[in-house]
Amino acid sequence: MQKPRLEALIPKLVVAPGLLLGFAFIYGFMIWNGVLSVTASRMLPNYELVGWAQYAKLWEMDRWWVALKNLAIFGVGYVGGAMALGVCLAVLLDQKVRAEGFIRTVYLYPMALSFVVTGTAWKWLLNPSMGLEKLMHDWGWQSFSFGWLVDGEMAIYCVVIAGIWQSAGFAMALFLAGLRGIDDSIIKAAQIDGASLPRIYWRIVLPALRPVFFSTLMVLSHLAIKSFDLIMALTSGGPGYATDVPATFMYAMSFTRGQIGLGAASATMMLATVAALVVPYLYSELRSKHHEH
Amino acid sequence: MSTKFLSIHMLSRALLYAVLLIGALFFLAPLYVMVVTSLKDAEEIRQTSLVSLPHAWNFEAWSLAWDSACTGAQCSGLKPFFWNSAWMTIPAVLLSCLWGALNGYVLSLWKFRGSETLFAFLLFGVFMPFQVVLLPMSQVLGWLGISSSIGGLILVHLLAGLPSTTLFFRNYYAAVPKDLLNAARMDGAGFWMIFFRIIVPMSTPIVMVTLIWQFTQIWNDFLFGVAFSGADSKPITVGLNNLANTTSSVKAYNVDMAAALIAGLPTMLVYVVAGRYFVRGLTAGAVKG
Repeated sequence: MQKPRLEALIPKLVVAPGLLLGFAFIYGFMIWNGVLSVTASRMLPNYELVGWAQYAKLWEMDRWWVALKNLAIFGVGYVGGAMALGVCLAVLLDQKVRAEGFIRTVYLYPMALSFVVTGTAWKWLLNPSMGLEKLMHDWGWQSFSFGWLVDGEMAIYCVVIAGIWQSAGFAMALFLAGLRGIDDSIIKAAQIDGASLPRIYWRIVLPALRPVFFSTLMVLSHLAIKSFDLIMALTSGGPGYATDVPATFMYAMSFTRGQIGLGAASATMMLATVAALVVPYLYSELRSKHHEH
Repeated sequence: MSTKFLSIHMLSRALLYAVLLIGALFFLAPLYVMVVTSLKDAEEIRQTSLVSLPHAWNFEAWSLAWDSACTGAQCSGLKPFFWNSAWMTIPAVLLSCLWGALNGYVLSLWKFRGSETLFAFLLFGVFMPFQVVLLPMSQVLGWLGISSSIGGLILVHLLAGLPSTTLFFRNYYAAVPKDLLNAARMDGAGFWMIFFRIIVPMSTPIVMVTLIWQFTQIWNDFLFGVAFSGADSKPITVGLNNLANTTSSVKAYNVDMAAALIAGLPTMLVYVVAGRYFVRGLTAGAVKG
C-alpha cells in the first residue's frame, strides 16, 4: 500500500520545483513589481504606499509620451515591415527555386545575432558622415545626405530599419512553413481552371495563411514592446531621449535615475500591453487544441 | 505561340532570381561591410569607400578588440567579457535543457489533475516582458548573496528560460504513443526507468533544438546582463555595447566592427552548423499549444 502511493507522488515532486519557481518568477514578481509601483521607492525599494501617484506622474512625463510615440512608430514600422518583406520573400522562395536552402540560410542568419551586434553594425552603416552618406558621395551622388541617426525626429526610423533587417528572415521562415502546409491540390485545381498565379496567391494562398499571419503578428508585436537592446546599441535612446521606448525608459528610471517606483509603474504598463495582446491569443490557441482532441 | 510563352516564362524566372538576389544582398551587405571595415586601418576607412575591399588583410583591429580596446575605464578588450559569457552560458544552457526535459516529461506523459491549467499559466512566461522581474529579481539576488555574480545570472537565465524549454519538451513528448508507455508500465517500469530507457534515447532532436535555442537566447541577452552583472561578471553583449558606445576622443570603427563580429561569431557558427534546429526552435516558439 505504501509503495504505489510514493510512486504516484514522483511526477508531482519532479515538476514541483519548476512550477513553484516558475510561478514565483512570473506571477510572484509581477505582483511584487505591482506593489513597488504604488510605493514611493526611489534609489532603493521602500514600502511606503503612495497609491497611484507614480502612475499619475508617469502619464504627466513628456519622456514617457515620447517613449510611447516611439513604440507606436517602431511597432508599426518593424512589425509591418518585417511581415511584408517576410511574406514577399516566402512567396518568391516557394516558386521551386534552385539553392533554396542556401538562400533561406542567408535571409535568416541575422536572427541568430544579438540585437547589440545588429545595433553596432547599423550604427556604423548609418553613420551620418562615414557610412551610407560617404558611400553615395564616393559613388558620385554629392548632394546625398543621411543624418537620421543624429536627428531626433528621424532616429527612430533607423531603429525600424535595423529591426526589419534582423527579423524579416524570421517572418519569412514562418510564412514559408505555412506555405508548405497548404494543400497543393487546391492550387493545381485553380490552375486548371485557368486562374493566373498572382490571382491564386491573392485569392487562395494568402487567405489560407491567416493563422500564420496571426501568430507572426503576435510574436513580432511582443518583441517590439520588449525591444531594448537594439535601441541601447544603436542610439542609446538618444539624441537626448528622442528614441526612448518604454523598455529603455524603465531601465533608465530604475537603474540610473533612482526612480524605482516610476520604473515599476512603467514596467506594469508594459506588462498590461503585452497581456492585452497575448492572453486572448494564448487562450484561443489552447481552446482550439482542446477541441481538436 | 509556344516560344513566346517560353520567353515570358524565362523572363519571369530571371526576374524572380534577380529579386531573390537583391534580397540576399540586403541581408549580407551589413555583414560584408563589418568584415571589410574590421580589416582596414583608420586611415584606409577614411580614404576608401565603405564597400571597398581592404588593401591588405590587417588583423590589428581584431587583436585590439580582443584584448586591449577600452570599454569605459577598463582596457582589456572583449576577452574577459567573452569568457564571462561562456562560463555563464554553458551551465545555464545545460541545466535549463535538463530541467525543461523533466518538466515537459511530467506535463505531457504524467498529467495530473490541474496540470494542463498550470502549464497554460506557465506559458505566459514565454511572452512576459522581463522588465517586470528586474526590480524584484535584483532584490532577491541581493538576499541570496549572488548579485553581480555569474551564478546570479545563471539563476536568472534558468528561470527566464523555463517556460520555453518546458514548452519545447512538453510538445515533443505529447507525440509519444500512449500504448508504448502503457506497455512499459505493464512490464513494471516506473517513472525514472521510462524516462531514461525510453524517453531520453528518443529526445535527440528536441534536445538539439533546446540547446541551440537557449544558447542563442542566453549568449545574446543584454537586458539581464546589463541589469544584474557586476564589474567582473559582465557578459559580452554588455562589453560590446560599452566598447562601441564609449565616448573616447577618436572612434575606432574598425575595432567596433571586429568586436561586433567577435560577439556574433559563436551564435552565427552554431546557426551555420545546426541551422535547421535553430529554425525549428523559432517556429516552435511561434506555434504554441
